[in-house]
Amino acid sequence: MLDDFFIRALIAGIGVAIVTGPLGCFVVWRRLSYFGDTLAHSALLGVTLAYSMEFNIAFSVFIISSLIALTLIQLQKRTNLPGDALLGLLAHSSLAIGLVVIGFLSFIRFDIMGLLFGDILAVTVDDLLIIWIGGALILLVLKLIWKPLFASTVNYELAEAEGLNPDRAKALFTILMAAIIAISIKMVGLLLITGMLIIPAAMARNISSSPQKMVMYSIIGGLLSVILGLFSSLEFNTASGPSIIAASLFLFILSLLNIKQSIKLKN
Amino acid sequence: MGSNQNILVKLNEAGFSLNNKWLVKGVSLQVEKGKIVTLIGPNGSGKSTTAKIALGIYKKIDGSVEKYTNKVGYVPQKISIDWTLPLRVNDFMVLTESISNDLIDEALSLTGVIHLKDKNLGDLSGGEFQRVLLARAISKKPELLVLDEPVQGVDFTGEIALYELIKKISDELNCGILLISHDLHTVMSATDHVVCLNGHVCCSGSPIDVAKNNEYKALFGEQASQILSRYEHRHDHIHTSEGEIKKN
Repeated sequence: MLDDFFIRALIAGIGVAIVTGPLGCFVVWRRLSYFGDTLAHSALLGVTLAYSMEFNIAFSVFIISSLIALTLIQLQKRTNLPGDALLGLLAHSSLAIGLVVIGFLSFIRFDIMGLLFGDILAVTVDDLLIIWIGGALILLVLKLIWKPLFASTVNYELAEAEGLNPDRAKALFTILMAAIIAISIKMVGLLLITGMLIIPAAMARNISSSPQKMVMYSIIGGLLSVILGLFSSLEFNTASGPSIIAASLFLFILSLLNIKQSIKLKN
Repeated sequence: MGSNQNILVKLNEAGFSLNNKWLVKGVSLQVEKGKIVTLIGPNGSGKSTTAKIALGIYKKIDGSVEKYTNKVGYVPQKISIDWTLPLRVNDFMVLTESISNDLIDEALSLTGVIHLKDKNLGDLSGGEFQRVLLARAISKKPELLVLDEPVQGVDFTGEIALYELIKKISDELNCGILLISHDLHTVMSATDHVVCLNGHVCCSGSPIDVAKNNEYKALFGEQASQILSRYEHRHDHIHTSEGEIKKN
Protein backbone atom coordinates (compact mmCIF):
# COMPACT_ATOMS: atom_id res chain seq x y z
CA MET A 1 0.00 0.00 0.00
CA LEU A 2 2.86 2.35 0.84
CA ASP A 3 4.14 1.83 -2.71
CA ASP A 4 1.49 4.15 -3.97
CA PHE A 5 2.89 7.69 -3.91
CA PHE A 6 -0.54 9.12 -3.31
CA ILE A 7 -1.16 7.02 -0.20
CA ARG A 8 2.26 8.04 1.08
CA ALA A 9 1.45 11.71 0.48
CA LEU A 10 -1.87 11.31 2.26
CA ILE A 11 -0.31 9.68 5.31
CA ALA A 12 2.39 12.35 5.37
CA GLY A 13 -0.14 15.15 5.02
CA ILE A 14 -2.34 13.79 7.80
CA GLY A 15 0.69 13.60 10.08
CA VAL A 16 1.66 17.17 9.27
CA ALA A 17 -1.89 18.49 9.79
CA ILE A 18 -2.22 16.93 13.25
CA VAL A 19 0.91 18.79 14.35
CA THR A 20 0.33 22.11 12.57
CA GLY A 21 -3.15 22.35 14.16
CA PRO A 22 -2.09 23.12 17.75
CA LEU A 23 1.19 24.84 16.78
CA GLY A 24 -0.73 27.06 14.35
CA CYS A 25 -3.05 28.17 17.16
CA PHE A 26 -0.05 29.41 19.12
CA VAL A 27 1.33 31.11 16.01
CA VAL A 28 -1.97 33.02 15.71
CA TRP A 29 -2.28 33.73 19.45
CA ARG A 30 1.30 34.89 19.84
CA ARG A 31 1.37 36.78 16.49
CA LEU A 32 4.25 34.77 15.16
CA SER A 33 3.25 34.38 11.52
CA TYR A 34 6.14 36.46 10.23
CA PHE A 35 8.49 34.58 12.54
CA GLY A 36 7.27 31.34 10.95
CA ASP A 37 7.94 32.82 7.52
CA THR A 38 11.48 33.73 8.50
CA LEU A 39 12.23 30.21 9.69
CA ALA A 40 10.70 28.79 6.50
CA HIS A 41 12.81 31.05 4.29
CA SER A 42 15.92 30.01 6.12
CA ALA A 43 14.94 26.41 5.41
CA LEU A 44 16.16 26.79 1.82
CA LEU A 45 19.67 27.21 3.17
CA GLY A 46 19.15 24.05 5.20
CA VAL A 47 18.02 22.17 2.09
CA THR A 48 21.01 23.25 0.02
CA LEU A 49 23.39 22.28 2.77
CA ALA A 50 21.69 18.90 3.01
CA TYR A 51 22.18 18.36 -0.73
CA SER A 52 25.77 19.48 -0.79
CA MET A 53 26.74 17.29 2.16
CA GLU A 54 24.40 14.42 1.34
CA PHE A 55 22.69 14.89 4.65
CA ASN A 56 19.08 14.26 5.66
CA ILE A 57 16.98 17.26 4.55
CA ALA A 58 14.62 17.41 7.53
CA PHE A 59 17.49 17.24 9.99
CA SER A 60 19.52 19.86 8.18
CA VAL A 61 16.55 22.23 7.93
CA PHE A 62 15.84 21.74 11.63
CA ILE A 63 19.42 22.67 12.54
CA ILE A 64 19.55 25.75 10.30
CA SER A 65 16.09 27.01 11.35
CA SER A 66 16.95 26.57 15.02
CA LEU A 67 20.19 28.51 14.50
CA ILE A 68 18.28 31.32 12.79
CA ALA A 69 15.79 31.40 15.68
CA LEU A 70 18.61 31.61 18.23
CA THR A 71 20.33 34.31 16.17
CA LEU A 72 17.11 36.29 16.20
CA ILE A 73 16.84 36.09 19.98
CA GLN A 74 20.46 37.29 20.32
CA LEU A 75 19.93 40.14 17.84
CA GLN A 76 16.82 41.25 19.71
CA LYS A 77 18.87 41.56 22.87
CA ARG A 78 21.82 43.37 21.26
CA THR A 79 20.29 45.84 18.82
CA ASN A 80 17.59 48.47 18.98
CA LEU A 81 16.08 47.44 15.65
CA PRO A 82 12.39 46.55 15.73
CA GLY A 83 11.43 42.88 15.60
CA ASP A 84 9.97 42.92 12.10
CA ALA A 85 13.11 44.52 10.62
CA LEU A 86 15.26 41.81 12.22
CA LEU A 87 12.91 39.12 10.93
CA GLY A 88 13.09 40.58 7.42
CA LEU A 89 16.85 40.79 7.62
CA LEU A 90 17.18 37.14 8.63
CA ALA A 91 14.49 35.86 6.26
CA HIS A 92 15.84 37.44 3.12
CA SER A 93 19.53 37.09 3.83
CA SER A 94 19.18 33.40 4.60
CA LEU A 95 17.03 32.93 1.50
CA ALA A 96 19.60 34.79 -0.58
CA ILE A 97 22.50 32.77 0.80
CA GLY A 98 20.53 29.61 0.12
CA LEU A 99 20.01 30.64 -3.50
CA VAL A 100 23.67 31.63 -3.91
CA VAL A 101 24.75 28.24 -2.58
CA ILE A 102 22.41 26.56 -5.08
CA GLY A 103 24.26 28.47 -7.81
CA PHE A 104 27.53 26.88 -6.73
CA LEU A 105 25.99 23.42 -6.67
CA SER A 106 25.43 23.33 -10.43
CA PHE A 107 26.38 19.65 -10.51
CA ILE A 108 23.25 18.73 -8.54
CA ARG A 109 19.86 18.91 -10.18
CA PHE A 110 17.49 20.87 -7.98
CA ASP A 111 13.76 20.77 -8.14
CA ILE A 112 13.32 24.38 -6.99
CA MET A 113 9.57 24.35 -7.62
CA GLY A 114 9.22 21.25 -5.48
CA LEU A 115 11.17 22.88 -2.66
CA LEU A 116 9.18 26.07 -2.76
CA PHE A 117 5.71 24.60 -3.23
CA GLY A 118 5.89 20.99 -2.13
CA ASP A 119 6.00 17.81 -4.15
CA ILE A 120 3.93 14.80 -3.22
CA LEU A 121 5.85 12.63 -5.64
CA ALA A 122 8.95 13.18 -3.53
CA VAL A 123 7.54 11.77 -0.27
CA THR A 124 9.39 8.56 0.61
CA VAL A 125 8.76 5.98 3.31
CA ASP A 126 11.69 7.50 5.22
CA ASP A 127 9.92 10.86 5.10
CA LEU A 128 6.82 9.24 6.58
CA LEU A 129 8.86 7.99 9.50
CA ILE A 130 10.39 11.43 10.02
CA ILE A 131 6.98 13.11 9.90
CA TRP A 132 5.24 10.71 12.27
CA ILE A 133 8.04 10.21 14.77
CA GLY A 134 9.08 13.87 14.62
CA GLY A 135 5.45 14.92 14.82
CA ALA A 136 4.82 12.74 17.86
CA LEU A 137 7.86 14.24 19.58
CA ILE A 138 6.70 17.78 18.77
CA LEU A 139 3.24 17.08 20.22
CA LEU A 140 4.75 15.48 23.31
CA VAL A 141 6.95 18.50 24.03
CA LEU A 142 4.05 20.84 23.30
CA LYS A 143 1.90 18.96 25.78
CA LEU A 144 4.62 19.26 28.42
CA ILE A 145 5.04 23.02 27.96
CA TRP A 146 1.37 23.72 27.28
CA LYS A 147 0.54 25.23 30.66
CA PRO A 148 3.41 27.77 30.89
CA LEU A 149 3.25 28.54 27.17
CA PHE A 150 -0.48 29.13 27.19
CA ALA A 151 -0.46 31.07 30.46
CA SER A 152 2.32 33.36 29.24
CA THR A 153 0.49 33.83 25.94
CA VAL A 154 -2.44 35.16 27.96
CA ASN A 155 -0.29 37.19 30.33
CA TYR A 156 3.47 36.90 30.77
CA GLU A 157 3.62 38.44 34.24
CA LEU A 158 0.94 36.18 35.70
CA ALA A 159 2.80 33.13 34.41
CA GLU A 160 6.13 34.39 35.72
CA ALA A 161 4.72 35.48 39.10
CA GLU A 162 3.01 32.16 39.71
CA GLY A 163 6.14 30.16 39.02
CA LEU A 164 5.61 28.72 35.53
CA ASN A 165 8.95 29.64 33.90
CA PRO A 166 7.54 31.11 30.67
CA ASP A 167 10.98 31.92 29.19
CA ARG A 168 11.93 28.27 29.00
CA ALA A 169 8.57 27.43 27.41
CA LYS A 170 9.07 30.16 24.82
CA ALA A 171 12.55 28.90 23.91
CA LEU A 172 11.26 25.34 23.53
CA PHE A 173 8.35 26.55 21.41
CA THR A 174 10.83 28.25 19.06
CA ILE A 175 12.59 24.91 18.61
CA LEU A 176 9.23 23.25 17.91
CA MET A 177 8.57 25.79 15.18
CA ALA A 178 11.87 24.90 13.53
CA ALA A 179 10.97 21.22 13.85
CA ILE A 180 7.53 21.49 12.24
CA ILE A 181 9.02 23.40 9.31
CA ALA A 182 11.66 20.72 8.92
CA ILE A 183 9.18 17.85 8.78
CA SER A 184 6.57 19.51 6.60
CA ILE A 185 8.83 21.08 3.97
CA LYS A 186 8.40 18.27 1.43
CA MET A 187 4.63 18.29 1.70
CA VAL A 188 3.80 21.96 1.62
CA GLY A 189 6.98 23.59 0.38
CA LEU A 190 8.88 26.28 2.21
CA LEU A 191 6.97 29.27 0.85
CA LEU A 192 3.63 27.96 2.07
CA ILE A 193 4.36 26.32 5.43
CA THR A 194 3.25 29.37 7.38
CA GLY A 195 -0.07 29.20 5.52
CA MET A 196 -0.52 25.63 6.72
CA LEU A 197 0.09 26.88 10.27
CA ILE A 198 -2.07 29.98 10.17
CA ILE A 199 -5.06 29.39 7.90
CA PRO A 200 -6.60 26.35 9.66
CA ALA A 201 -6.03 28.07 13.02
CA ALA A 202 -7.62 31.28 11.75
CA MET A 203 -10.56 29.27 10.44
CA ALA A 204 -10.86 27.59 13.85
CA ARG A 205 -10.81 30.96 15.65
CA ASN A 206 -13.91 31.99 13.74
CA ILE A 207 -15.96 29.07 15.00
CA SER A 208 -14.64 28.30 18.48
CA SER A 209 -15.41 29.60 21.95
CA SER A 210 -12.55 28.09 23.94
CA PRO A 211 -8.84 27.42 23.35
CA GLN A 212 -9.31 23.65 23.42
CA LYS A 213 -12.03 23.82 20.78
CA MET A 214 -9.89 26.08 18.65
CA VAL A 215 -7.05 23.54 18.70
CA MET A 216 -9.45 20.73 17.82
CA TYR A 217 -11.08 22.60 14.94
CA SER A 218 -7.67 23.69 13.73
CA ILE A 219 -6.56 20.06 13.48
CA ILE A 220 -9.79 19.06 11.74
CA GLY A 221 -9.44 22.00 9.36
CA GLY A 222 -5.86 21.01 8.58
CA LEU A 223 -6.86 17.38 7.93
CA LEU A 224 -9.70 18.39 5.61
CA SER A 225 -7.36 20.80 3.79
CA VAL A 226 -4.77 18.07 3.25
CA ILE A 227 -7.31 15.53 2.01
CA LEU A 228 -9.15 18.00 -0.24
CA GLY A 229 -5.91 19.54 -1.44
CA LEU A 230 -4.17 16.28 -2.26
CA PHE A 231 -7.12 14.85 -4.15
CA SER A 232 -7.45 17.99 -6.22
CA SER A 233 -3.68 18.03 -6.73
CA LEU A 234 -3.96 14.53 -8.18
CA GLU A 235 -7.04 15.40 -10.20
CA PHE A 236 -5.79 18.67 -11.73
CA ASN A 237 -2.07 17.89 -11.68
CA THR A 238 -1.24 20.91 -9.52
CA ALA A 239 1.53 21.26 -6.93
CA SER A 240 0.55 19.78 -3.57
CA GLY A 241 1.38 22.78 -1.36
CA PRO A 242 -0.72 25.39 -3.17
CA SER A 243 -3.59 22.91 -3.52
CA ILE A 244 -3.63 22.24 0.23
CA ILE A 245 -3.41 25.95 1.08
CA ALA A 246 -6.18 26.78 -1.42
CA ALA A 247 -8.36 24.12 0.20
CA SER A 248 -7.70 25.62 3.65
CA LEU A 249 -8.60 29.05 2.32
CA PHE A 250 -11.88 27.57 1.09
CA LEU A 251 -12.59 26.28 4.62
CA PHE A 252 -11.68 29.66 6.07
CA ILE A 253 -14.23 31.36 3.82
CA LEU A 254 -16.87 28.84 4.95
CA SER A 255 -16.07 29.70 8.59
CA LEU A 256 -16.71 33.37 7.80
CA LEU A 257 -20.22 32.47 6.69
CA ASN A 258 -20.69 30.84 10.08
CA ILE A 259 -19.74 34.10 11.81
CA LYS A 260 -22.31 36.04 9.82
CA GLN A 261 -24.98 33.53 10.79
CA SER A 262 -24.17 33.69 14.48
CA ILE A 263 -24.20 37.49 14.41
CA LYS A 264 -27.64 37.35 12.84
CA LEU A 265 -28.78 34.95 15.54
CA LYS A 266 -27.57 37.32 18.26
CA ASN A 267 -29.59 40.16 16.81
CA MET B 1 8.44 40.50 63.56
CA GLY B 2 7.74 36.87 64.25
CA SER B 3 9.83 33.78 63.78
CA ASN B 4 11.56 32.99 60.55
CA GLN B 5 9.37 30.03 59.68
CA ASN B 6 6.43 32.27 59.00
CA ILE B 7 8.16 34.45 56.44
CA LEU B 8 6.86 33.94 52.90
CA VAL B 9 8.81 36.60 51.09
CA LYS B 10 11.47 39.00 52.26
CA LEU B 11 13.01 41.96 50.44
CA ASN B 12 16.44 43.15 51.57
CA GLU B 13 17.34 46.64 50.37
CA ALA B 14 15.74 45.73 47.06
CA GLY B 15 15.68 48.16 44.16
CA PHE B 16 15.02 48.13 40.43
CA SER B 17 16.22 50.50 37.74
CA LEU B 18 15.15 50.89 34.15
CA ASN B 19 17.11 52.95 31.62
CA ASN B 20 19.41 54.24 34.36
CA LYS B 21 16.49 55.53 36.39
CA TRP B 22 15.59 54.04 39.74
CA LEU B 23 11.93 53.05 39.90
CA VAL B 24 12.34 52.09 43.52
CA LYS B 25 15.35 51.71 45.75
CA GLY B 26 16.32 50.30 49.12
CA VAL B 27 13.06 48.56 49.99
CA SER B 28 13.11 46.14 52.89
CA LEU B 29 9.94 44.40 53.94
CA GLN B 30 8.63 40.97 54.69
CA VAL B 31 5.29 39.24 54.35
CA GLU B 32 4.41 36.56 56.87
CA LYS B 33 1.73 33.90 57.01
CA GLY B 34 -1.66 35.29 58.00
CA LYS B 35 -0.48 38.89 57.82
CA ILE B 36 -1.50 41.69 55.50
CA VAL B 37 1.17 44.13 54.43
CA THR B 38 -0.11 47.18 52.58
CA LEU B 39 1.95 49.36 50.28
CA ILE B 40 0.78 52.93 49.97
CA GLY B 41 2.26 55.91 48.19
CA PRO B 42 1.57 58.42 45.45
CA ASN B 43 1.50 57.53 41.73
CA GLY B 44 4.90 56.50 40.46
CA SER B 45 6.22 55.82 43.94
CA GLY B 46 7.21 52.26 43.04
CA LYS B 47 4.40 50.23 44.58
CA SER B 48 3.78 47.96 41.60
CA THR B 49 7.53 47.71 40.98
CA THR B 50 8.03 46.55 44.57
CA ALA B 51 5.31 43.93 44.11
CA LYS B 52 6.97 42.69 40.92
CA ILE B 53 10.32 42.48 42.67
CA ALA B 54 8.71 40.40 45.42
CA LEU B 55 7.11 38.15 42.80
CA GLY B 56 10.36 37.60 40.93
CA ILE B 57 9.06 39.16 37.70
CA TYR B 58 11.96 41.61 37.74
CA LYS B 59 15.16 39.63 37.94
CA LYS B 60 17.98 42.12 37.51
CA ILE B 61 17.50 43.82 40.84
CA ASP B 62 19.58 45.54 43.41
CA GLY B 63 19.62 43.94 46.85
CA SER B 64 17.94 40.57 47.25
CA VAL B 65 14.63 38.75 47.51
CA GLU B 66 14.09 35.63 49.54
CA LYS B 67 10.97 33.77 48.50
CA TYR B 68 9.90 30.80 50.59
CA THR B 69 6.80 29.72 48.72
CA ASN B 70 5.82 28.79 45.21
CA LYS B 71 2.09 28.86 45.84
CA VAL B 72 1.47 32.41 44.71
CA GLY B 73 -1.68 34.19 43.58
CA TYR B 74 -1.24 37.48 41.75
CA VAL B 75 -3.69 40.17 40.74
CA PRO B 76 -1.75 42.61 38.54
CA GLN B 77 -2.67 46.27 38.34
CA LYS B 78 -2.79 46.31 34.59
CA ILE B 79 -3.54 43.31 32.47
CA SER B 80 -3.83 43.37 28.75
CA ILE B 81 -5.30 40.22 27.31
CA ASP B 82 -5.16 39.60 23.62
CA TRP B 83 -8.60 38.84 22.24
CA THR B 84 -7.24 36.68 19.45
CA LEU B 85 -7.63 34.07 22.16
CA PRO B 86 -11.07 32.61 22.65
CA LEU B 87 -11.00 32.56 26.43
CA ARG B 88 -13.91 32.02 28.79
CA VAL B 89 -13.87 32.84 32.49
CA ASN B 90 -13.72 29.11 33.14
CA ASP B 91 -10.57 28.71 31.02
CA PHE B 92 -8.97 31.71 32.70
CA MET B 93 -9.52 30.21 36.16
CA VAL B 94 -7.24 27.25 35.39
CA LEU B 95 -4.62 29.34 33.60
CA THR B 96 -1.65 28.66 35.84
CA GLU B 97 -2.86 25.67 37.83
CA SER B 98 -5.39 22.94 37.19
CA ILE B 99 -7.92 23.17 39.98
CA SER B 100 -11.14 21.29 40.56
CA ASN B 101 -14.47 22.54 39.34
CA ASP B 102 -15.68 22.87 42.95
CA LEU B 103 -12.82 25.21 43.81
CA ILE B 104 -13.52 27.29 40.71
CA ASP B 105 -17.19 27.61 41.63
CA GLU B 106 -16.35 28.42 45.24
CA ALA B 107 -13.95 31.21 44.31
CA LEU B 108 -16.27 32.71 41.70
CA SER B 109 -19.14 32.64 44.19
CA LEU B 110 -17.04 34.38 46.84
CA THR B 111 -16.29 37.28 44.52
CA GLY B 112 -19.86 37.30 43.23
CA VAL B 113 -19.30 36.39 39.60
CA ILE B 114 -20.34 32.74 39.41
CA HIS B 115 -22.99 33.66 36.84
CA LEU B 116 -20.24 34.74 34.43
CA LYS B 117 -18.46 31.39 34.41
CA ASP B 118 -19.16 30.53 30.77
CA LYS B 119 -18.87 34.07 29.46
CA ASN B 120 -16.11 35.18 27.17
CA LEU B 121 -13.47 37.16 29.06
CA GLY B 122 -13.63 39.92 26.46
CA ASP B 123 -17.32 40.52 27.16
CA LEU B 124 -16.88 41.41 30.84
CA SER B 125 -17.01 44.93 32.23
CA GLY B 126 -13.99 46.34 34.05
CA GLY B 127 -15.40 45.62 37.50
CA GLU B 128 -16.56 42.13 36.56
CA PHE B 129 -13.12 41.33 35.16
CA GLN B 130 -11.50 42.59 38.34
CA ARG B 131 -13.67 40.21 40.39
CA VAL B 132 -12.66 37.34 38.10
CA LEU B 133 -8.99 38.26 38.53
CA LEU B 134 -9.37 38.13 42.30
CA ALA B 135 -11.30 34.86 42.13
CA ARG B 136 -8.54 33.32 40.02
CA ALA B 137 -5.86 34.40 42.47
CA ILE B 138 -7.65 32.99 45.53
CA SER B 139 -9.06 29.83 43.94
CA LYS B 140 -5.75 27.98 44.08
CA LYS B 141 -5.50 28.56 47.84
CA PRO B 142 -2.14 30.31 47.65
CA GLU B 143 0.26 30.85 50.53
CA LEU B 144 1.14 34.29 49.24
CA LEU B 145 -1.31 36.68 47.61
CA VAL B 146 -0.06 39.78 45.86
CA LEU B 147 -2.91 42.13 45.12
CA ASP B 148 -2.13 45.24 43.10
CA GLU B 149 -5.17 47.47 43.47
CA PRO B 150 -7.49 44.47 43.42
CA VAL B 151 -10.78 46.37 43.54
CA GLN B 152 -10.20 49.06 40.92
CA GLY B 153 -13.38 49.69 38.97
CA VAL B 154 -15.52 47.69 41.39
CA ASP B 155 -18.68 49.38 42.66
CA PHE B 156 -18.73 50.88 46.16
CA THR B 157 -20.58 48.15 48.03
CA GLY B 158 -18.60 45.53 46.14
CA GLU B 159 -15.37 47.21 47.15
CA ILE B 160 -16.14 46.89 50.86
CA ALA B 161 -17.31 43.31 50.42
CA LEU B 162 -14.16 42.38 48.53
CA TYR B 163 -11.87 43.92 51.14
CA GLU B 164 -13.74 41.98 53.80
CA LEU B 165 -13.28 38.89 51.66
CA ILE B 166 -9.55 39.53 51.39
CA LYS B 167 -9.32 39.81 55.18
CA LYS B 168 -11.33 36.61 55.55
CA ILE B 169 -9.10 34.74 53.11
CA SER B 170 -6.02 35.87 54.97
CA ASP B 171 -7.47 34.43 58.19
CA GLU B 172 -8.91 31.22 56.76
CA LEU B 173 -6.04 30.19 54.52
CA ASN B 174 -3.48 31.72 56.85
CA CYS B 175 -1.87 33.17 53.75
CA GLY B 176 0.24 36.29 53.63
CA ILE B 177 -0.99 39.20 51.57
CA LEU B 178 0.95 41.99 49.95
CA LEU B 179 -1.68 44.59 49.13
CA ILE B 180 -1.37 47.76 47.11
CA SER B 181 -4.11 50.29 47.43
CA HIS B 182 -4.89 53.96 47.11
CA ASP B 183 -7.92 53.72 49.29
CA LEU B 184 -6.79 54.49 52.81
CA HIS B 185 -10.28 54.20 54.30
CA THR B 186 -11.11 50.71 53.29
CA VAL B 187 -7.72 49.15 53.47
CA MET B 188 -6.69 50.03 56.96
CA SER B 189 -9.28 47.94 58.76
CA ALA B 190 -7.41 44.81 57.89
CA THR B 191 -3.81 45.83 57.50
CA ASP B 192 -1.21 44.61 59.96
CA HIS B 193 1.69 46.54 58.55
CA VAL B 194 1.86 49.58 56.31
CA VAL B 195 4.78 50.49 54.11
CA CYS B 196 4.67 53.98 52.73
CA LEU B 197 6.66 54.31 49.53
CA ASN B 198 7.92 57.27 47.59
CA GLY B 199 10.70 55.84 45.47
CA HIS B 200 12.08 54.51 48.73
CA VAL B 201 10.49 53.45 52.02
CA CYS B 202 9.51 56.74 53.60
CA CYS B 203 8.04 55.12 56.69
CA SER B 204 6.55 51.85 57.81
CA GLY B 205 4.84 50.27 60.77
CA SER B 206 1.34 49.73 62.08
CA PRO B 207 -1.38 51.95 60.53
CA ILE B 208 -1.49 54.09 63.63
CA ASP B 209 2.27 54.55 63.73
CA VAL B 210 2.44 55.49 60.08
CA ALA B 211 -0.36 57.99 60.50
CA LYS B 212 1.64 59.82 63.14
CA ASN B 213 4.75 59.90 61.01
CA ASN B 214 5.72 63.33 59.75
CA GLU B 215 6.98 62.10 56.41
CA TYR B 216 3.66 60.41 55.84
CA LYS B 217 1.84 63.62 56.69
CA ALA B 218 4.05 65.53 54.27
CA LEU B 219 3.31 63.04 51.52
CA PHE B 220 -0.41 62.57 51.98
CA GLY B 221 -1.49 65.65 53.92
CA GLU B 222 -2.98 66.14 57.34
CA GLN B 223 -6.39 64.86 56.34
CA ALA B 224 -5.09 61.48 55.28
CA SER B 225 -3.33 61.21 58.58
CA GLN B 226 -6.61 61.68 60.40
CA ILE B 227 -8.30 59.03 58.30
CA LEU B 228 -5.64 56.54 59.20
CA SER B 229 -5.40 57.26 62.90
CA ARG B 230 -9.10 57.41 63.70
CA TYR B 231 -9.92 54.40 61.62
CA GLU B 232 -12.39 52.09 63.24
CA HIS B 233 -14.18 49.20 61.63
CA ARG B 234 -17.02 51.29 60.31
CA HIS B 235 -17.57 52.94 56.98
CA ASP B 236 -19.31 56.12 58.04
CA HIS B 237 -17.58 58.34 55.55
CA ILE B 238 -18.65 59.65 52.20
CA HIS B 239 -16.80 58.05 49.40
CA THR B 240 -15.66 59.99 46.40
CA SER B 241 -14.92 57.72 43.51
CA GLU B 242 -11.93 57.89 41.31
CA GLY B 243 -12.10 56.41 37.85
CA GLU B 244 -14.67 53.99 36.65
CA ILE B 245 -17.46 52.95 38.99
CA LYS B 246 -20.16 50.66 37.77
CA LYS B 247 -23.49 49.83 39.31
CA ASN B 248 -24.60 46.25 39.38
